[in-house]
Amino acid sequence: MMRVQLFLTCLGENFFSPVLKDMVSVLERLGMDVAMPEGQTCCGQPFYNSGAQSQAVAPARNFLRVFGPTDGYIVAPSGSCVDFVRHHLPELFPAETREHRLAQEVAARTYEFSEFLVRVANVRDVGATFPHKVTYHASCHALRGLGLREESKQLLRAVKGVELVPLNEEETCCGFGGVFSVVYPEVSSSMMQAKIKNIQESGAEFVVMGDPGCMMNIAGGLKKIGSPIRALHLISVLAAQ
Amino acid sequence: MSELDHIDFRANVQHVPAHVPQSVRKATSKFLGTRANVVGIVGDERWQQLRQAGHDIRLHTLDHLDYYLTRLEENVARAGGIVHWARDADEARRIVLDIAHEHKVKRAVKAKSMATEEIGLNHALIDAGVQTLETDLGEFIIQLAGVGPSHIIVPAVHLTKEGIADLFTEKLGVNAPPDPLELCAIARTKLREEFLAADMGISGANFMVAESGTLVIVTNEGNGRMCTTLPPLHVAVVGIDKVVPDFESVNVLLKLLPRSATGQKMSTYTSFITGPRRATDEGGPQEFHLVLLDNGRTRVLRDHVTRETLLCIRCGVCLNVCPVYNHVGGHAYGAVYSGPIGAILAPQLLGVARAGDLPFASSLCGACADYCPVKIPIPQILLRLRHRVVEGDQIEAATASSAIRVGTRVGAFALSHSLLYEFGARMMKFVQAPLRRDGWLPNLPPPANRWTMARPLPAFGADFRDWFRKRTPAGRQRVQKRKLGIGLLFAGIAAVGAFLLARRKKD
Ligand code: SF4
Repeated sequence: MMRVQLFLTCLGENFFSPVLKDMVSVLERLGMDVAMPEGQTCCGQPFYNSGAQSQAVAPARNFLRVFGPTDGYIVAPSGSCVDFVRHHLPELFPAETREHRLAQEVAARTYEFSEFLVRVANVRDVGATFPHKVTYHASCHALRGLGLREESKQLLRAVKGVELVPLNEEETCCGFGGVFSVVYPEVSSSMMQAKIKNIQESGAEFVVMGDPGCMMNIAGGLKKIGSPIRALHLISVLAAQ
Repeated sequence: MSELDHIDFRANVQHVPAHVPQSVRKATSKFLGTRANVVGIVGDERWQQLRQAGHDIRLHTLDHLDYYLTRLEENVARAGGIVHWARDADEARRIVLDIAHEHKVKRAVKAKSMATEEIGLNHALIDAGVQTLETDLGEFIIQLAGVGPSHIIVPAVHLTKEGIADLFTEKLGVNAPPDPLELCAIARTKLREEFLAADMGISGANFMVAESGTLVIVTNEGNGRMCTTLPPLHVAVVGIDKVVPDFESVNVLLKLLPRSATGQKMSTYTSFITGPRRATDEGGPQEFHLVLLDNGRTRVLRDHVTRETLLCIRCGVCLNVCPVYNHVGGHAYGAVYSGPIGAILAPQLLGVARAGDLPFASSLCGACADYCPVKIPIPQILLRLRHRVVEGDQIEAATASSAIRVGTRVGAFALSHSLLYEFGARMMKFVQAPLRRDGWLPNLPPPANRWTMARPLPAFGADFRDWFRKRTPAGRQRVQKRKLGIGLLFAGIAAVGAFLLARRKKD
């Protein structure tokens, strides 16, 4: 039986509890042993990305303290957090130190959800049903940081009843960018509006994505204009039965 | 633009004329489309090999810059050219002015060159009484408009044909219709006379070949070769980063540059210039000067991550794919180089005190690095420069306010202790209550309104941990303990708060 350690992520935990519950249900449905390591907080990405890189060390250290002693795979509902853990977290510790080695070991078994299902567990069909027209937005860090281009769509296509329609400029950033959306709200907002326009033109009822950051941004944008289209995390579609 | 002004990106984006995003996107999407075609023909595997080769050549040259520049200098001299070294913009301008003065130059024509933009050469020449005309069509237009370039390769990308027609009518005293062909014809007539009348031709260069002392200039309008062959005197101003070892290298880079820039297999004109005219030549300038411009570049070399900025071959494709650039246009970056390359180059050349806003003017989506033909890790460099701004490094001291530094320290502390973290999450759920409207927070107080001015925020709703814990008996016990811990923490904080309040009253 595969063992999965849940990496909740800050945005996932604080804004999208239902997605995390869905994550547990999908993984358990696939026969996995799901655990939630206690004591987890934030991986340090927000500090690292906003330039306060020395401040990222403390949360990163906590991340190692929590996940270091676990076994199995560490799986998160977010490409950007996994990109950070895999590519930047080890850099925060000097080479050749015990922490650096631990960080590399932990990073090597940390996966984004769709990546884990398709590449590790070799699953496409999770036995979900979702009779709706959906479109897919590619999140930047999963796409370019982790090189995940087709995985989510493979999972979506296997869902019974799903009609996947193309999204114009699927791979263009939605304008979230963490600190960027707060430092330059005007630019972020016009990028988000361009994304929303494409979503509307796709004719889908739902726009599906894999990152809580994009979810916050796109769901908010749709809400603001009173659109009936809803933003969903891929995990929620996979949990639907 | 004064050299000391801080570039305020946020203020700049609020003054973007309404038509700009549309004009910009029209051009950039056209270039990206043609690029996709020509890159498709090369094939992905071969294209990736070419990019890697381009990267390796450029990095190797940077790592041995002294050697290649020395060879270049020797070979330019051997071919009869005169080499000058300019440490900064001031020195570069003075060198060119001295040459102009010595030759009693009255009129100069210029081919498009970002390096001369960087040092503000036009102003200096015009102030010194040398009539100086830009001859690249886009540059010609923005010179008439009195602004700087808004794109590395299409300087007037922000203008519409109607806007250009009005500009020509007003500034050239002709009746110009909003028709691209006719506008071109008007510019051509005007420029012809100038090429023939000029005493000095000024250019930049796309590459400088160390093994032969050759300048390589890529243009689509032929103005590059007019400027460098018709006037009796040719002065080139080129950044020291533009040197490459040999023609093999040029061969690789010329496969990457036009394809990335405009989606052409090769540009209409590619000129190779080695020294002034020889006795056997029919034409060409009698004298050739090369001004090698440092202007902060050697300083860029000092950090092994950010130094890769200097690999840039100025193709502009990172601008074309950048969603930020496409929404704000080039002038918002407040410096000569815009878009992603501007966001990493300007803070290094101008210093973070002046250009420290720019590394934050990116969502770190990474599209630029995906497209960059020489594989510059732009997002990594952005992160490195953000660090320089916020915490300082061995190159420059921090310029962020101390409030930001204290804030991040407090935040990092709270987010590394799980009790505090869970407590914070609970507090958020509690304090948001008055602002909450059916699951959303439509209006947050400042500074969080920076988020809600664009869209509502989903309400804080962390309940997953307890839900998960309650699935097992041991977990249920833990929930109780956790509640107690958080309760104590809450009481403690309340007590400290009351104490502080009481003391304040006494003071
Ligand atoms: S950074 Fe790369 S993509 Fe951007 S202009 Fe330079 S070479 Fe081109």
